[in-house]
Amino acid sequence: MLATSLGSPAPFGQSQFALVRGNAFEKKVKADGGTELLRLLFERLGSGADAPGEATVPDLTAAGPAGRAARTALALREATAAGGWALLDHPMLALEVAGSPAYLEPDAVVVHPDGTWTVVEIKSFPMVDSSADAAKVGAAARQSAVYVLALERIAEVTEGAEVGHRVLLVCPKDFSNLPTASVVDVRKQRAVTRRQLTRLTRVEDIAAALPEGTTFDPGCSPEELGSAVDAVPAAYAPECLAACELAFHCRAKARAEGAVETLGRSVRGELGGLTTVAGVLAAAAGKEGDPADPTVAALRRAAALRAEALESPGSRGGGAACH
Amino acid sequence: MTAVLDPGAAAARATDAILGDTLRGTARGIVVDSPPGAGKSTLVVRAALELAAAGRPLMVVAQTNSQVDDLVVRLAEKAPDLPVGRLHSSDSDPYDKVLDGLDNVRKSAKAADLAGLDIVISTAAKWAHVKNVEPWGHAIVDEAYQMRSDALLAVAGLFERALFVGDPGQLDPFSIVGADQWAGLSYDPSASAVSTLLAHNPELPQHRLPVSWRLPASAAPLVSDAFYPFTPFRSGTDHGDRRMSFGVPSDGSGPDRVLDEAAESGWGLLELPARHTPRTDPEAVRAVALVVSRLLDRGGAATSERSPAPVPVTADRVAVGTAHRDQAAAVRAALTELGVTGVAVDTANRLQGREFDVTVILHPLSGRPDATAFHLETGRLCVLASRHRHACVVVCREGVADLLDEHPSTEPVQLGVTVKFPDGWEANHAVLAHLREHRVPWRP
Amino acid sequence: MSLITTLARLEAVDSGRAQPLATVRHRHLTDRPLVLVPLTTAGEAGAPLGALVGTDRAAPRLITVAQPRDRDLRFAFLAELAEAVLPHIESYADAGEPAERNETDPGTGKKVKVEVELCTDAAQLIVPSRAGIDFVRLLGRSMRFRRTVEDDPDTPYPAPARVPLLGRWLTHYGERARVPGSSLLLAATDLLNRHWATGQSSLEDQHLGALLAWIDPPEGEPGSAAALRAEAGRDRAGQLFCPPAGPATDPAFDNRLLAPAIERYDRARTALATAEDGLAADARLGELSGAEREIRSLLAGVLRPTWDAVWRGLDLLAELPEGARAEDRWTRDRWSFTGHRDRVRAGEPPQPRRDDAVTAAQKLASRETAQAQLEAQEALDDPLVLAGRRLAGEAFVGVVTDVEMAYSESKRPSPRPLVTVRTDERPHLGERTKVYRSLDGKPQTAEFVAYVPEESEGVLDGGSADEEILLVLRITDRMGRGKEPAPGSVPEPGDRFAWTLFEHDQRGGPKLPDPEDTPWTHGGPPGAAADGPAEKPDPVTAEDLL
Repeated sequence: MLATSLGSPAPFGQSQFALVRGNAFEKKVKADGGTELLRLLFERLGSGADAPGEATVPDLTAAGPAGRAARTALALREATAAGGWALLDHPMLALEVAGSPAYLEPDAVVVHPDGTWTVVEIKSFPMVDSSADAAKVGAAARQSAVYVLALERIAEVTEGAEVGHRVLLVCPKDFSNLPTASVVDVRKQRAVTRRQLTRLTRVEDIAAALPEGTTFDPGCSPEELGSAVDAVPAAYAPECLAACELAFHCRAKARAEGAVETLGRSVRGELGGLTTVAGVLAAAAGKEGDPADPTVAALRRAAALRAEALESPGSRGGGAACH
Repeated sequence: MTAVLDPGAAAARATDAILGDTLRGTARGIVVDSPPGAGKSTLVVRAALELAAAGRPLMVVAQTNSQVDDLVVRLAEKAPDLPVGRLHSSDSDPYDKVLDGLDNVRKSAKAADLAGLDIVISTAAKWAHVKNVEPWGHAIVDEAYQMRSDALLAVAGLFERALFVGDPGQLDPFSIVGADQWAGLSYDPSASAVSTLLAHNPELPQHRLPVSWRLPASAAPLVSDAFYPFTPFRSGTDHGDRRMSFGVPSDGSGPDRVLDEAAESGWGLLELPARHTPRTDPEAVRAVALVVSRLLDRGGAATSERSPAPVPVTADRVAVGTAHRDQAAAVRAALTELGVTGVAVDTANRLQGREFDVTVILHPLSGRPDATAFHLETGRLCVLASRHRHACVVVCREGVADLLDEHPSTEPVQLGVTVKFPDGWEANHAVLAHLREHRVPWRP
Repeated sequence: MSLITTLARLEAVDSGRAQPLATVRHRHLTDRPLVLVPLTTAGEAGAPLGALVGTDRAAPRLITVAQPRDRDLRFAFLAELAEAVLPHIESYADAGEPAERNETDPGTGKKVKVEVELCTDAAQLIVPSRAGIDFVRLLGRSMRFRRTVEDDPDTPYPAPARVPLLGRWLTHYGERARVPGSSLLLAATDLLNRHWATGQSSLEDQHLGALLAWIDPPEGEPGSAAALRAEAGRDRAGQLFCPPAGPATDPAFDNRLLAPAIERYDRARTALATAEDGLAADARLGELSGAEREIRSLLAGVLRPTWDAVWRGLDLLAELPEGARAEDRWTRDRWSFTGHRDRVRAGEPPQPRRDDAVTAAQKLASRETAQAQLEAQEALDDPLVLAGRRLAGEAFVGVVTDVEMAYSESKRPSPRPLVTVRTDERPHLGERTKVYRSLDGKPQTAEFVAYVPEESEGVLDGGSADEEILLVLRITDRMGRGKEPAPGSVPEPGDRFAWTLFEHDQRGGPKLPDPEDTPWTHGGPPGAAADGPAEKPDPVTAEDLL
């Protein structure tokens, strides 16, 4: 919406086929009080405990995110004290970042009889022959790590509770809509997120580190965000196109400035202090730059070799090429 | 309070347990994790000699020709009369000429020529071509974490049982083509030999050498925490056991001040002003060269448990480590210009397994506009930060912490792959946080 | 990315047009490629929506699924796809020529030559994008374990007869596409990106429409503007001018056009099922086929621009002359094609779900060899690729200034001439580094001896760039068996050659154990594992139908 109002539409939105399918899958996984979900969890992570026959599914409804978060914390404490299996469907977790609370909503959290809390993520991408798209699994792992961190804050003040660093990822199996699951160890992502949260001070960086759908309280108005967009220094990189609605806007700006990052982050790595297309080309052409600067020297060598290869009769099948 | 073993006793106990399993155990494989400078080569040589002495001929698998030649020399030092076979390739110059001077060593490109010798040593690549021989009862696989699973597949038929020794914190083996389709399989051919071995044989005894004899007391905790969080180790020496001093006092320049800081604390960070630079950042390259040249000019000398009297830190005891080959070449040229010769200047890959008194490192992220997976690789930083006995000086541009923040770790995750620790992004932050306490800002 | 490529991209930005990255075509193109443009249903794995397929650009065959969740309709789609693809493959499979292959005699362990048949050409398959290759693989996986009535009369939901076979072929193509330099299955975007640098990032280069906009922009319009229109331009109804090249569709297309059309189709089908008399049924059948026609026309509308784009890309590529060594790699593709044909004909089971340890290691090794070979061959075929290697210090061009005869120190001395070469490049030469030059198409080896000190003093190995240096190489082979080198085998003063630090040919790796001899370190022989034989069909449940 914001992107559209800024005049740079990005190809975003979700197909209703995917949406319907995703919702149907999550519903199926959690049907019958989560029987299938708990079966999968027990199979993958249930060491030592009795198989979950009947699990408690506490009611988590409350007014407002803060109320729901308080309700969730209470339910976690009660379930842990009860010492049985409990399934928390869409609990609400609060995590303080840069001084203000952010509210997070995992798909589910399961309380084991021994007091372990396991984060459950339900995704609609498939696991075909036990493997799945690594980029998507990575994103799910980072998302889950934030939930684990938020849960750890509650577990600290809950007797007998411990948050599992192994989360359960549930996906459709092969080409069916039958659920299957895999355990993902999120210790790395947890460590990274923990350090990020202590280091980040800018709201937009924090927002980027948190899962989609996180709500801030109080939220930013679109106008505030809009002005924030232009205030952010030119940090555009092509990766933004897949992740952010505003990327087309930033790209247009970066291109107008002639920023070399528009060609990819890795491009910058070899260009040292040169940051604009015109600057690099002028240096390569020998019009600007200090030949003692290794970047300039390498550019000139590259330009000369490229020109030689394109012009020489070699490019037509003779000359210096190894024929 | 439980009695804490002194380092020597702790190390001896570990070694005894390893040799006990090797000589008397029944497991087909034994895995030994060895942190930097924990005496891996000594262990390999000792295990080989004891097996041979017990009348059990063995084959030794190492990863590079120089590792093989080095082991042959070490064996000859310990047992000059023991018949050792050096199996080599049929290329020209297949082994170090030093071996020609060793009477106990027979060299051949054919395994059959070496049959019956107590110990036969070669690279994994060469062993892979050996066919139709009677399998050995025993093998020692050195640098097993740097060996790829497919390389082990090619040689595992040659032996009945094996001792696998290696450092899990160093650079992982890699493949020049994608291997994602096998990720998560226990026998992923691009994974390390040890991960495949343990995935199929989780019951094998696993040992750990608990003491680094190389790293000083100032470095072991940092390297252990940052790179071996789940398999900690300690230094064999204590604070004060190793000292470094200079005959010539500081001239107050950045390089001299950072050398003093490093001599005092074991670490020094020479921080240049923030700037995006090419890989061969001329200022940083020159700063590295200056630090090395001042170290030598000022008459650096070190005392240690090996020698209470000061021993000069000469050029051969100093190394410069970089991430890229062109950086190493640029540093070499800068050193030549300053008239410094004899200092090892190389990339992390080539410094693996080597030891020096002082190292000077060009930080892999210095001056970079981006942090790629290559530059964040845990093993690279670990190798660079764990080569020294006395001190390590890092030369870096300001702003790396911010750079890391801008490039949060967004690694893809393959299902079923055992997580390897730690994360490069996190380890880089941890090392930087420590280095900041030894920071000498300098504007060249 | 090498600096030369970066420079080409920057030049593209500056000129508004893509710039060449190659002077020859590095992939073989057959004269009759089969183009396949597939679409899939969002949010679902392996539920095809439609496809254009064929070898005649003017007459693609349109195959569609009116309701992607209906298993019968999906099978009908796959059966029709098999009908479109398999005859094409089979026409190549049936034409062979005699050839020789090295095999190891199981009795003696010796290498022997065996007379076999090699297909004279192989069927080439082109998809629009890399995601299309993944989809071919996924389709292959979803089909090859299906059972037909012939396989098992009792199988529930049997698949149409030729579907499993198509699955096996698509699996083979998908797997072969992972071999560097192979051309059996190619993505148009990969082909174009190999030969041109655009003024955008490699991420944006995955968009076929935007990529073509840079390579071949409309008269008078800069590539960036044309690319932006291809990426984001929409008509009044909110539909993209240039729909995604698939297999994913644009969400706006799904939501605004396709979903309502599928709903109409579903309604018409329900209505037909409840029709009470023949007359009503006729009318409702008319509605149903109307709804189906609408879906077909919608899908054709979003498939056709991609279809045309793929052919336009192939036209552009055809203008480049083929690299000399591309044919050699194509021959390997023909061996691969023939090998799969033989396995199918021998009645072997479909490819397993996951490779066993030995197969995985073999594939990795052969791909690494193929990668090294591809890099070497492209550099040897193309001065522009060689330029990148020269910049990286992995090759250099120099002029021979002096040749001095010398001999090896052995009982029968062989010629080891010392050749002095002048160059202004900075190859990464170390002590006895080997270098190679091409002599009558075969590599000749030399080793680096030393730099020649110039008259003036100077640093020998680090002199500033562009300065000319002299270096001495010792030629070590390809000079014949005599004491004197064969005529023409030693360079002469004035000769200008390219020398490479990389080898021109690749040796294969060591022979791995047979799968049944898989060692204990790798879990022992497969089949002993608990999960049993891999080629069981996927369990078929009612859940398949969504």
